[in-house]
Amino acid sequence: MNAVAVEAPASIDYINADYGVRSWLLTKDHKRIAVLYLASVTLFFALGGLFAVILRLELLTPRGDLMQSDFYNRMFTMHGVAMVFFFMIPGIPAVLGNFLVPLMIGAKDLAFPRLNLLSWYLYVAGGLFTLWAMIRGGVDTGWTFYTPYSSSYSNSHVILTGLGIFIAGFSSILTGLNFIVTIHRLRAPGMTWFRLPLFIWAHYATSLVMILGTPVVAVTILLVAAERAFGLGIFDPARGGDPVLFQHLFWFYSHPAVYIMVLPAMGVVSELISAFARKPVYGYKFVAFSSLAIAVLGFLVWGHHMFVSGQSAYASVIFSVLSMFVAVPSAVKVFNWTATLFRGSVSYDTPMLYALGFIGLFTIGGLTGVMLATLGIDLHVHDTYFVVAHFHYVMVGGTIMGYLGGLHYWWPKIAGSMYPKFWSRLAALIIFVGFNLTFFPQFILGYLGMPRRYHAYPEEFQVLHVLSTAGASILGIGYLIQVVYFTLTMRYGKRVGNNPWGAVGLEWQTTSPPPTYNFETTPVVDWDAYEYKEKEAAHV
Amino acid sequence: MSSTADMPSATGAASTAAHHPLLAHHFDTLDQQRESSSLAMWVFLVTEIMFFGGLFLAYVVYRSMYPQVFRAGSHELDVLLGGANTAILICSSLTMALAVRGAQLGQRRSLTVFIVLTMLLGLAFLGIKAVEYAAKFQHGLVPGANFHFAGPDADHVQLFFSIYFAMTGLHATHMIIGIGIILWLLPACARGRYGPDYYHPIECFGLYWHFVDIVWIFLFPLLYLVGRH
Repeated sequence: MNAVAVEAPASIDYINADYGVRSWLLTKDHKRIAVLYLASVTLFFALGGLFAVILRLELLTPRGDLMQSDFYNRMFTMHGVAMVFFFMIPGIPAVLGNFLVPLMIGAKDLAFPRLNLLSWYLYVAGGLFTLWAMIRGGVDTGWTFYTPYSSSYSNSHVILTGLGIFIAGFSSILTGLNFIVTIHRLRAPGMTWFRLPLFIWAHYATSLVMILGTPVVAVTILLVAAERAFGLGIFDPARGGDPVLFQHLFWFYSHPAVYIMVLPAMGVVSELISAFARKPVYGYKFVAFSSLAIAVLGFLVWGHHMFVSGQSAYASVIFSVLSMFVAVPSAVKVFNWTATLFRGSVSYDTPMLYALGFIGLFTIGGLTGVMLATLGIDLHVHDTYFVVAHFHYVMVGGTIMGYLGGLHYWWPKIAGSMYPKFWSRLAALIIFVGFNLTFFPQFILGYLGMPRRYHAYPEEFQVLHVLSTAGASILGIGYLIQVVYFTLTMRYGKRVGNNPWGAVGLEWQTTSPPPTYNFETTPVVDWDAYEYKEKEAAHV
Repeated sequence: MSSTADMPSATGAASTAAHHPLLAHHFDTLDQQRESSSLAMWVFLVTEIMFFGGLFLAYVVYRSMYPQVFRAGSHELDVLLGGANTAILICSSLTMALAVRGAQLGQRRSLTVFIVLTMLLGLAFLGIKAVEYAAKFQHGLVPGANFHFAGPDADHVQLFFSIYFAMTGLHATHMIIGIGIILWLLPACARGRYGPDYYHPIECFGLYWHFVDIVWIFLFPLLYLVGRH
């Protein structure tokens, strides 16, 4: 022990600044809170993954061998609830955003450290409520909680799960609020809006969606709970209530929520592409404003989830057109990333593999989204596996690729050590292959007419379902490899310097792991984001 | 917000007193800290608007579907008590504004007296609301199995009362939270913690209190007066 201590005289960083469970659970340091979030969202990801395993196993055969409809309904609902509300929405903002927003803008912390800690506790409380509901038998309404089934008929734990989501929603609101104030008020001297990394722009746009959308779903869930608990009748058709109103309110949040999931991933990809192509992001301002455009347009398209709900054909046409507009800022991003790669000196480190994977998969997810925004096609494939495949390409292919890419890119900063090159590249490859094998067959399944949310299906669909399950197993192996090497890295990882990628950006200028207050002295910024040409010489 | 938005923390660090005891470590100046709190409060109020917005949307949808039902339901509400509550809340907004002024001027007595008055007015509002709710229970106007309404469209009138209870109930919850926050701020007010260079907790709470008042200013005509013209 002594020898080690002498060899590496430990500098004080945020990890060894204090010891003990108490010092973590009562911390106000945004970096420690990010680590708390990392641990808790990973648990929910594993839980959501477990439900997915159960679903895929059941779908191996056309008949209900392992379970019947009722159990299957609960499984896919809880898969959705765990993944959407407890992994993907907090995923990148609360883990990477929490860690990096202050570092990237040269601040000592987020504007409201105690609020930040509170938001983690709210997340945990919401998670425990939901977990409690799952243990008591779960919920079977689908993650969308459509009324009147959820409000009047379902015999599962809707109120408990709803309360869990309601509480976790406030964690999301507080995170968004904290980011907005921090980005407005705590930028280092010289860090003007157009010198901000695009990661920050993406998180700013995400925060806007969080604070504008989340309260609406919160009150909606509250009304469903009040209808079940106290007999209010706001969505009850027997008393003149309109169940479709629920769908409007729900999708007013839950469509923009898709952008809460994917915008931060886009921010990550902008950083990765620039760092591993050694070039500034092409068309910085376009990429920055495309994030805001996506956030704004995202609020105007919710009706495309409701083409078959009986809403007026006129509304459907408007929503259809507006939905296609979202493709414009999304395409701006994809084209600009591609242009950034052009004539860059591209290296294929692990984070970059995820970034490239993101571009390809998100493009497929996005373009099938345009197909689904088309009224005629949507009526044909509504509620089929085509939709399931589409949103998994955006969420798994987009969000999770971005999340994993970001985690691999900033891991040396977060943990101060590097994961094994070979294994991490192999895992990236396995995840890419496994993902495509899981979800590409689902496009075909859906197009052929396989409806979502059924545990049994006609025999001619079996081959594609078996392919999908095989892909999911491969995907699972990829995640397991990651769990192993990340865990081992924390203890045995090779220490690396402060800036192993030779990247620009304030977060790389402080030590790894950073000290509690991030910077020895507040940095003064007199350069633009991604000045790779000039900066590169300094790192050689 | 300010003209120096581009460089929020660039200057001023040296000009303020070395380190004010109430300046958090991650802020450079008290101004920066106050502006951050106030921006945060406004952002929070935006989320509150969206929160109540969902209910207002439901109100608009159902009122346009069943205008006559809303008129009938509205007649069951006690406009006198509702009007009294409106007056009480407007007064409480005045006392709240005076409390903020007391904090800004460092007048401990005036701050304490006015914030206590604000709380008492809030309690009076809740008392009257409780009387109204009790009457609704007695008349069987609470949605659910025991709902009873003699006139036509009884089912749809139940919808009106669902909205009434959802909106006024959420509003009352906000009042209760507000009174809780006053109780929490009160000891520090009495100790004289707030003064000219540190008053933003009172200021931000004032914003919240005014917001809750304004919600009621909308609720009162929408629910109580809609049937009377």
